[in-house]
Amino acid sequence: MMDFLKKLFGGSNEPASGQKAKNRLQIVLMHDRTDISPQLLDNLRDEIVKVLTKYMDIDTQKIEIDLDHDEQAVALVANIPVIRIKRGSIELR
Amino acid sequence: MAARVIVTTSGKGGVGKTTSTANIAAALAKFGKKVVAVDADVGLRNLDVIMGLENRVVYNFIDVIEKTCKMNQALVKDKRVPGLYLLPAAQTRTKDAVNPEQMVALCEELKPEFDFVLLDCPAGIEGGFKNAAAGADEALVVTTPEIPSVRDADRIIGMLESMGKSPIRLIINRLRPNMVQDGDMLAKDDILDVLSIDLIGVVPEDENVIRSTNNGEPMTMTLDSPAAQAYLNIAERLLGRDVPLMDLESYAARGFISKIKHFFSGRRKKG
Repeated sequence: MMDFLKKLFGGSNEPASGQKAKNRLQIVLMHDRTDISPQLLDNLRDEIVKVLTKYMDIDTQKIEIDLDHDEQAVALVANIPVIRIKRGSIELR
Repeated sequence: MAARVIVTTSGKGGVGKTTSTANIAAALAKFGKKVVAVDADVGLRNLDVIMGLENRVVYNFIDVIEKTCKMNQALVKDKRVPGLYLLPAAQTRTKDAVNPEQMVALCEELKPEFDFVLLDCPAGIEGGFKNAAAGADEALVVTTPEIPSVRDADRIIGMLESMGKSPIRLIINRLRPNMVQDGDMLAKDDILDVLSIDLIGVVPEDENVIRSTNNGEPMTMTLDSPAAQAYLNIAERLLGRDVPLMDLESYAARGFISKIKHFFSGRRKKG
């Protein structure tokens, strides 16, 4: 009741908490939905390496693949050092 | 008959799975369907108490699986509504006492005898959830308008989808229309925006839920209350009828006026 009266007479400048809940919920869910298990990340890495080595020699020891989270978005970031492109494989196509 | 098997689930505990199961089961029976509510929460059974049938439980579904008794010995017939049955869980066993294959077999045994098999799922995403979900074709996901509950619902929806359950529909429970109006509670559309599944009903917060649990009588059996009406509507929608959502805004206004009355007339004993 007092909360209502406060709101009625503009006693509070705080934004309503429902909107805050919605924003927090959206960010939490974005992170949850892009959460990846170490096992899945290893599988992804192995398959990416398999595809890439058809076209180029890469330094498999120095590969970095991870999901990068920030407040607004999630990106798959891969750093893969290339040693040389396999010219032959492209000419075959 | 070949029953539709529907699991009621949520991920998070305490959001109203068991209350929803009991009320929807009673409502479907009231609409003339033959319904069995199965308590799949082995070790923490409560559906018997919510339905007010705890004194009549003799056997449970684990006894049926282990062939200690016949199915019809374990089924508890609710004498208040024709066509309503309870299949209780074992209280002195753990979730490991069953596996998903046995749950599927149990549901197959019930299917020819009923129109609806409603499975009341335990909280969590472990064995108990997987057992209950295994037997079901469809799912009802219960959430309250709060971040933890919606987050867990999202997780559960993902798991149900990967298990191939369809349709998966959402019940928003314990919504307080006046708080939504004041902008202090997640609104129905806020939740639907993030979860992107179909809504089957919104149940307002209602003190009668507590009274009906105290009395051991699901609200949909007798009461004319906002939550009872919401559950009756959900049951109708399960039957494929096109029932509009309740006008919770006017309910909120009514709630506010009655609050003012309360404020000026002092606290009455019954609200």
